[in-house]
Amino acid sequence: MPKTSKAATVSEPTRLAVRKTYKLYIGGKFPRSESGRTFVADGDNVALASRKDARDAVVAARAAQAGWAGATAYNRGQVLYRVAEMVEARRAEFAALGVSGDELNAAVDRWVWYAGWSDKIAQVAGGANPVAGPFFNISAPEPTGVVAIVAPAGLLGLVSVIAPAVVTGNTAVVLAADPQIAITLAEVFATSDVPGGVVNILTGRYAETAPWLAAHADVNALDLTGVEHRELAAELERAAAGTLKRVIRPATGAVDFSADPGLKPMTALLETKTVWHPKGY
Amino acid sequence: MFEYAPAPESRSVVSLDASYGLFIDGAFDPAKEGGTFKTVNPATEEVLAEVAAAGPEDVDRAVGAARRAFGPWSALPGAERAKYLFRIARIIQERSRELAVLESLDNGKPIKESRDVDLPLVAAHFFYYAGWADKLAYAGFGPDPRPIGVAGQVIPWNFPLLMLAWKIAPALAAGNTVVLKPAETTPLSALFFADVCRQAELPPGVVNIVTGAGDTGAYLVAHPDVDKVAFTGSTEVGREIARTVAGTGKRLTLELGGKAANIVFDDAPIDQAVEGIVNGIFFNQGHVCCAGSRLLVQESVAGELLDSLKRRMATLRVGDPLDKNTDIGAINSAAQLARITELSEIGGQEGAERWSPACELPERGFWFAPTIFTGVTQAHRIAREEIFGPVLSVLTFRTPAEAIEKANNTPYGLSAGIWTEKGSRILAVADKLRAGVVWANTFNKFDPASPFGGYKESGYGREGGRHGLEAYLA
Repeated sequence: MPKTSKAATVSEPTRLAVRKTYKLYIGGKFPRSESGRTFVADGDNVALASRKDARDAVVAARAAQAGWAGATAYNRGQVLYRVAEMVEARRAEFAALGVSGDELNAAVDRWVWYAGWSDKIAQVAGGANPVAGPFFNISAPEPTGVVAIVAPAGLLGLVSVIAPAVVTGNTAVVLAADPQIAITLAEVFATSDVPGGVVNILTGRYAETAPWLAAHADVNALDLTGVEHRELAAELERAAAGTLKRVIRPATGAVDFSADPGLKPMTALLETKTVWHPKGY
Repeated sequence: MFEYAPAPESRSVVSLDASYGLFIDGAFDPAKEGGTFKTVNPATEEVLAEVAAAGPEDVDRAVGAARRAFGPWSALPGAERAKYLFRIARIIQERSRELAVLESLDNGKPIKESRDVDLPLVAAHFFYYAGWADKLAYAGFGPDPRPIGVAGQVIPWNFPLLMLAWKIAPALAAGNTVVLKPAETTPLSALFFADVCRQAELPPGVVNIVTGAGDTGAYLVAHPDVDKVAFTGSTEVGREIARTVAGTGKRLTLELGGKAANIVFDDAPIDQAVEGIVNGIFFNQGHVCCAGSRLLVQESVAGELLDSLKRRMATLRVGDPLDKNTDIGAINSAAQLARITELSEIGGQEGAERWSPACELPERGFWFAPTIFTGVTQAHRIAREEIFGPVLSVLTFRTPAEAIEKANNTPYGLSAGIWTEKGSRILAVADKLRAGVVWANTFNKFDPASPFGGYKESGYGREGGRHGLEAYLA
């Protein structure tokens, strides 16, 4: 994604800009890759995540999962709404990274839309079941756990895969397509009361890290939305079969992220728990 | 214990042919290439019938028939599809005695279970989904739900006709056509169901039944013209199917194994809990994916509960599946008996203490006495692996947190049980259990309106209820 001018305007004679270092986002912190590797993306040195970083991110996501899922749905909605506020507040920064005003608006609106689902999805996706007997029987959705996501390009695409995963109480390990946009979004998470570990973001080559996550025994679901090569997607899906992960496959054609996503991005990452209890005096 | 005179159900209500072909495009047809195999009564080892083994070409013919039928079937108004399903439900009710006896003959399960559990649920399942066929737009999966196409369905031997109903009823209601492969050891009720379809005048090709062993199932799952795969069976085979389907774009739902914890707290009513434990592990000879195969009992009541459980187990009647007094029937096959026997021997070798009531087993057929192991640790194979037989592993715990930790310490996540008088504890523990079905102060309850399916390596997708439609809608 081309950036608008990053060089300071020459008319200011003395002050040199303080540049940002783009690192990973794991467990609420911004570490460098443990491998020490970086790569150049749009003129910035960006952390090149390794297998070990991916595993660390899963540990962080697992540690955060019970607390995040156990927070009240109202609280999760509030935190996510705060994320939308913070993205809005960083318009200029995202614009400088090449995100158009329309895309930013759509991304903020999408995030607000998902934030509102936190305390509604259980009513839409669950409820009482009229069984033929004297039983109280109720089904409720629950997060599947830790979700590994290969994110598509762009801010709207990124938001469209992270928001449905976390609003439902899952925690996520995200392999980002656009490193600067993703790490800027990580800075939003870090300043929006999103508990550390709920979203973890790795930059680098997903073809290198995704296979480790696809085969990782402590990952419950795999979202392949951002995988462009059919054969790699099939390989990752096969690896995911080893622990029977839930898999969101990449679309066969181009995805219009501005369209109404429906419930599927959330329900694909939810389990249904059904509880029975006898009725009687 | 009272002595009961034998009260056998008559098997004369079932008329078996010497051999059965495949049911393809509305007609029975011998396999073109796969040959035949025999299905036996596991209680007597008597051969019941010879059945066709479908090869790749046969599976291809069946899928072709389902594909040709798909267009017209999916174009039928939902209300018309519903009426076919209502007809099927009614015919099953009318023939339920015959089908119950058939199921007990081929499977080995006690007649009181096939009569009082399997068959009523089979009919109820068709009734339930019949009613959905003309209401799909209200099911919450979008305003214009479409069927997926041809469903390839592979089912196990533990509830042959019930698993068929779980697969076929929602598929047809949603406008799909199916090719179903019943288990190798229990093919007969699916073939009788084919006759039910004929009586209902279901259009040819909408339901096709291909019998055979694992390779027949593998041909079906891998067939390029199958759009949707549904499998119930072991986690091991489920993994293999998920690998096969990867990259093809086929939709997949899996209902796999389990190692359910049945948790008894110190305030539970002991007698009710004992009934629940017995039902949890000895129902259907323990051939139940959601069986309560790990008893977690709070330490302070473990002694009292186990004494009571042993007294109750001594009253269980093991024997002739067609005897209306029988509680535990025959193990479904020699292979399954060997697996149960092997894992039980390993349980003893690893240091757990084995106990069974005095129990006379018939000389012929496949039998296993109801068995419990005490002193089981979480490392023991009998606490980790699915035995799929009448074998219970007993562990203890001191605090609710320990019970939850132990209950969730398994790659499976299909079901769980909680026994306590304290409502708030039920709700708190149910929240923390990673399992798709939680029975509180009850166990092994099933209903067409109630979604069923697992977390983690117990598979994905749900069967039953509104949720069960999702697997068959695009």
